[in-house]
Amino acid sequence: MGIWIMAGVTFREAARKKMLWMALAVSGAFIILFGSGLHFQSRDFSARGMNPVLRREISFTMLTMALYAVDLLAVLMTILISADTVSGEIASGTIQAVMTKPVARWQVLLGKWFGFMGMLTAYIALMVGGVNAVARLMTGVTARHLVPGFLLMWMESVVLLSVTFALATYFSTLTSGVLALGLHGLAFLGGWIEQFGAISQTPGAVAVGVISSVLMPSEALWRRAAFEMQSPLANALRISPFSTLSVPSRAMIAYAAFYLLIALAVSIRRFSQRDL
Amino acid sequence: MNQFATGGLSDLAIDACGLGKVFGDKVAVRNLTFNVCRGEVFGFLGPNGAGKSTAIKMLLGLVHPSKGQARILGKPIGDVTTRRRIGFLPEHFRFYDWLTPAELLTLHGRLHGMSRAALRQSIPALLDLVGLTPHGEKHLRNFSKGMLQRIGLAQALLNQPELIFLDEPTSGLDPMGRRLVRDIIRAQRDRGATVLVNSHLLGEVEVTCNRVAFIKDGEVVETRALSGGSTAETTVLIRALHLREEIVAGVSRWTAQVRRAEERLILTLPSADVLPDIVRYLADQGADVYEVTPQRFSLEQRFLEIIGSDGGL
Repeated sequence: MGIWIMAGVTFREAARKKMLWMALAVSGAFIILFGSGLHFQSRDFSARGMNPVLRREISFTMLTMALYAVDLLAVLMTILISADTVSGEIASGTIQAVMTKPVARWQVLLGKWFGFMGMLTAYIALMVGGVNAVARLMTGVTARHLVPGFLLMWMESVVLLSVTFALATYFSTLTSGVLALGLHGLAFLGGWIEQFGAISQTPGAVAVGVISSVLMPSEALWRRAAFEMQSPLANALRISPFSTLSVPSRAMIAYAAFYLLIALAVSIRRFSQRDL
Repeated sequence: MNQFATGGLSDLAIDACGLGKVFGDKVAVRNLTFNVCRGEVFGFLGPNGAGKSTAIKMLLGLVHPSKGQARILGKPIGDVTTRRRIGFLPEHFRFYDWLTPAELLTLHGRLHGMSRAALRQSIPALLDLVGLTPHGEKHLRNFSKGMLQRIGLAQALLNQPELIFLDEPTSGLDPMGRRLVRDIIRAQRDRGATVLVNSHLLGEVEVTCNRVAFIKDGEVVETRALSGGSTAETTVLIRALHLREEIVAGVSRWTAQVRRAEERLILTLPSADVLPDIVRYLADQGADVYEVTPQRFSLEQRFLEIIGSDGGL
């Protein structure tokens, strides 16, 4: 029961502080902007009588680019909204009145986690769904495997959420945010090193990328998502700038799921043991 | 009327034994041993940094003790279900400031496992009790410190607790607010609840508590009953003329603690019962008695004696 009360509070707080509505507004603006770009492009392509295959590939690349931006926004959003909830409430003392109620600490932490997870799920679904709907409407193109792609992007966000929660049970809000973003930065850079290692056939560079994904598997999930969603031609020719040259394996996805659970377990354990 | 039958269980609401807490290299609480009986209003007195708030947080399970143990309402500290029977007003109370008072109480009541129907009944009465009914529609972010303290109090009483911890309950309150806190504490005591008050306002403690513990450097230095009646040790000031030395010396048959300053005698008596005999003796010996004033036990004086002049720094 305590879990759902706290999840509800987390949701209501976001709504009451206008965060939900602002996120909706900027998401709407994002989708409108993307739709306008596609509209003008598609009009000019028709006027020029462009080759349909090339036209389709360009549209696919535009869609992948938009999804890449959505992914980046989701990463930032995850860390921004969740870094303060645990450490901030401990620092301000808000947690004291809550934690003296007959609710176990793990329930409060998990409740908050579910609250944010719900919000992020809605956000990513809205953005991924919106971008794909607009692309389909304007160009007839949608992500190749939309549901697996969405689930992988969602999982990336949930991994980051759990890591941020775990960090926030040890550190202050800013430190937790900086660390979570820094870890994702490592994974991001590692991912690119892996890509270039694959192009230049440098096993050492590929290994650096894999190690960075072991340290933080968030970016690997995006690269798998991109592989699932972008055009088969781009995947086959390896011409996309969106990272599918070295595709993270299913084992990496399973590892990310394990990583997520461990991060969540660490945050529950630490929150249950620490002084408030 | 006591509404909490103990059912033959422990009569102690709080039973702390050798509690200690170390943060890094700082000893916050050294060795805290004390107990509070059910139905008692117990005061924690001590300078800033004496470890009073940390002690309360340990009893509530917010801070894990480095050593020692304690039982709250017969259960070990940290027991989640016991918290159903506990109310707590934190010292630095912060609540979700985007809620209205009724929403805040509903949230905390739900965390207590109370039904929405029960809360709909009890919340208006609680808001009325703490004088916040006219501010029911405001968000807590627009509340003054005193108003926040009042909603904090209401939150602490929401579940009709058997044991209530009030950490600096009068801070931020004006004289009317302080009186409200006193009245609430008395009402809770009359209801049979046990109250532990942590305050540095000696006057507040003096008028509300049955017993106090003086805490210094994380230890209970002294525990003292405040409502002991006529059997308690009493200090009396007597102003009289023609007090000859031998008359003063004769007072020693009742007490050895006699101080004289010109026409004033200050006696510390084991009990106020002997006072009429002393006055009769003085009159019989030819002294002209103008004034006999029993001095109340001064908590402030005792506080300063125990804590010392450097206390709180």
